[in-house]
Amino acid sequence: MIAHAIFFYTFSIIAVVSAIMVTASKNTVHSVFFLILDFISISCLFIMIGAEFLGMIMLIVYVGAVAVLFLFVVMMLNVAQQKNQWFAAKDSSKHIPIGLVISTLIFIEIMIVIGGWKYKPDLFDINNSLSQTSVSNTHSLGQILYTDYIHVFQISGMILLVAMVGAIVLTFRQRSGVKRQSYIKQISRERAEGVEVLEVQSNKGVKIDD
Amino acid sequence: MTEIGLGHYLTLGAVIFSIGVIGIFLNRKNIIVILMSIELILLAVNINLVAFSIFLGDLAGQVFTLFILTVAAAEAAIGLAIIVVYFRNSGTIRVEEIDKLKG
Repeated sequence: MIAHAIFFYTFSIIAVVSAIMVTASKNTVHSVFFLILDFISISCLFIMIGAEFLGMIMLIVYVGAVAVLFLFVVMMLNVAQQKNQWFAAKDSSKHIPIGLVISTLIFIEIMIVIGGWKYKPDLFDINNSLSQTSVSNTHSLGQILYTDYIHVFQISGMILLVAMVGAIVLTFRQRSGVKRQSYIKQISRERAEGVEVLEVQSNKGVKIDD
Repeated sequence: MTEIGLGHYLTLGAVIFSIGVIGIFLNRKNIIVILMSIELILLAVNINLVAFSIFLGDLAGQVFTLFILTVAAAEAAIGLAIIVVYFRNSGTIRVEEIDKLKG
């Protein structure tokens, strides 16, 4: 139990500090790296309390895909030079108190809800059967994901497909001046336009214009 | 203090959620950081769902977290694509210069 507490506090402190650094960091690339650190520590927490499958999926999806996507866009758009200095900006200073007040209010409200939470006394004894079964977390998740939630699962697949098509359609553009391979032109080439027999005179050579 | 319960995880979720909200308000320079703050907020929601799922012994919370992860990935892809297109058209993604709608 002591080890559990030590690991919880370590990972949650890392997560909170890196979340603060995501918003406060002046360089956008550093923000992305702190976001990656945040996701890694939260997935360690997930693995620690017994949601191993979600922890691993979190690592694969967020660290492997989403964070790399962010990093790619940040580097492609070349915004690393535009320092994001919200301390120094004059016109942004009026947003800071409002943001602080609103987020502090949200935090206080959530803490009131958590603090006033009353458990049924027998809740943990009866229902806490997840950790005692011999079936692994991934196994039991798959057992209900592919039976009870199969429609939602397929709809989420459709959402991913639509997102992929949308992202490609949004960012696709036809550039001018780029040489592309045209299969139809290649296949429909005939001998008459491809090969030319020339009568080469000696000491003259052939002038090829393409 | 050494007994880590549900309340600890909920508190961690609340802290990260509030930091995400602060990030949306404070960051007036770069719209990518606003997207990252939205990712932080989704992460806080996921922490809450997984903590409830584990401590109450109901796997539905983890299934929901899986779907939230899916939607978050789709949202990040679309949002970044929109940002790329906007940057291509107008040459900037600074928040205070995005005022075409005169909002």
